[in-house]
Amino acid sequence: MSNNNLHSIVKLYWGQLLALLIQILKDVELSEDALQDALESAFIHWNKNGIPQNPKAWLLATAKHKAIDRIRRSKNFEEKKIQYQQLLDIQTDTGIKEDEFTIPDERLRLIFTCCHPALNTNISVALTLQLLGGLTTLEIANAYLVKKDTMAQRIVRGKRKIKQAGIPYNIPEKLDFDQRLGTVLKVLYLIFNEGYSASNGDIPIRQSLCNEAIRLTQVLLNLCNNEPEIKGLLALMLLHDSRKATRFNESDEFIPLENQNRSMWNIQQIEQGVSLVQSALKQKKIGTYQLQAAISAIHAESDDYQSTNWHEITLIYDEILKINASDVVRLNQLVALSQIKPVNELIKPLDSLENSLVTYQPFYAVKADFLNKLNNKEKAKIYYQKAIDLCENQKIKHYLEKKLLNL
Amino acid sequence: MKYIALIYADENSGPQYGTDEFNQLIEEYQIITDIYENDKVLMGGDALQDVNTATTVSSRNGKVETIDGPFAETKEQLGGYYLFECENLDEALKYAAMIPSAKYGRVEVRPIQEYS
Repeated sequence: MSNNNLHSIVKLYWGQLLALLIQILKDVELSEDALQDALESAFIHWNKNGIPQNPKAWLLATAKHKAIDRIRRSKNFEEKKIQYQQLLDIQTDTGIKEDEFTIPDERLRLIFTCCHPALNTNISVALTLQLLGGLTTLEIANAYLVKKDTMAQRIVRGKRKIKQAGIPYNIPEKLDFDQRLGTVLKVLYLIFNEGYSASNGDIPIRQSLCNEAIRLTQVLLNLCNNEPEIKGLLALMLLHDSRKATRFNESDEFIPLENQNRSMWNIQQIEQGVSLVQSALKQKKIGTYQLQAAISAIHAESDDYQSTNWHEITLIYDEILKINASDVVRLNQLVALSQIKPVNELIKPLDSLENSLVTYQPFYAVKADFLNKLNNKEKAKIYYQKAIDLCENQKIKHYLEKKLLNL
Repeated sequence: MKYIALIYADENSGPQYGTDEFNQLIEEYQIITDIYENDKVLMGGDALQDVNTATTVSSRNGKVETIDGPFAETKEQLGGYYLFECENLDEALKYAAMIPSAKYGRVEVRPIQEYS
């Protein structure tokens, strides 16, 4: 069996097996170590005897044995006797052979632990990728362009806080559920965006963040099936991801939405995204991800930029503003409005956003575009330059510089 | 697990002694104390006298230094605390969020170090 083969099996089962082990052992690090041990055994045994009929159950049983070994060997065995007893009980009392279908899925608890609001968002992102996604510390460090040691420290800090502060391993009560789910969705969206707006670094690694975010959101949706905001987020990710092949040209230059080759958008992802939005909106529990996805769906289904239903898009922005009155949303709405209204009517409302968006690159790019449309080239130049100075994404920066040159 | 909820607020913000709002605040404190006792999570708690009464001492090389005032001059001062026995952080946060001063101040929740 190849290393690659094992790697893909690990990735497939890691989150579910780890979540279950944590549920039994109440100890994140011991669970990880035991699962890691089991994988090492798997590599040796499976190479010799082939992959067992039920690899997941095999790994779980082996990980339990490994955990018992580790507890036996540990210095503070006395303290861990209870843990040990619990494991032994599980080993003997089930009687039934575990198979694919009887292994419970405890990943939802683990998601809520990793994305607990008592953890810094950076830490939540790393923990989610490692504990649920099965990514190694090095892989996460590479994806976030930080040193391995820095990422390792971040992850250790997170696990320590979970343990020492008593962050629970359970699904929040009904009263808190929506708010806590919001934190989970934010973390997943951040993972997606880090991959989607990757400006530099290794592109395949970055794309894997998008795939991982989509996969985890899909898992989350399966675990709490009818939550419309999860559908909304998944739809949003799929619809964005459907355009990935067209966002950069052969010379790796950024192509804005209006110039993308729509025939190359991924139809399957669009269909899946659109049907998720539709089903979410029918549930009449509106949220910002559903609304953003609805806007994305309009783009996905339009023949071109000009014939897009901008009127409807601006109305959806009104709905988003009712939930989240942010100036970034207002800025996006003004861009949509500029497709259907004379730009000179929009300059004043745009200027009113400057104070709060003073470090936000897109504000200056939009202002420059508006000024250019009004034929005020000199002023447009100043604002493009401001946008360029603020831009941290090399490809977008290059794109803005080209716009400035072409004025 | 044991958790302490440290109540920080600017002494000049929030209701002032002698006003109706202050009396209402005291009433609210009584209500939450009842809840804590009812739920059997309360292990202790006190309000502190105002920060003007604080004295800070340190001892270096056998020499004790005494200073008038709190250790750190910050906008928000420690005004009181509760000690909870809770199942986990979520439970502790739920009780801490009920503290009336959380509406204008802040409550820091920390687990108590337990030596085995």
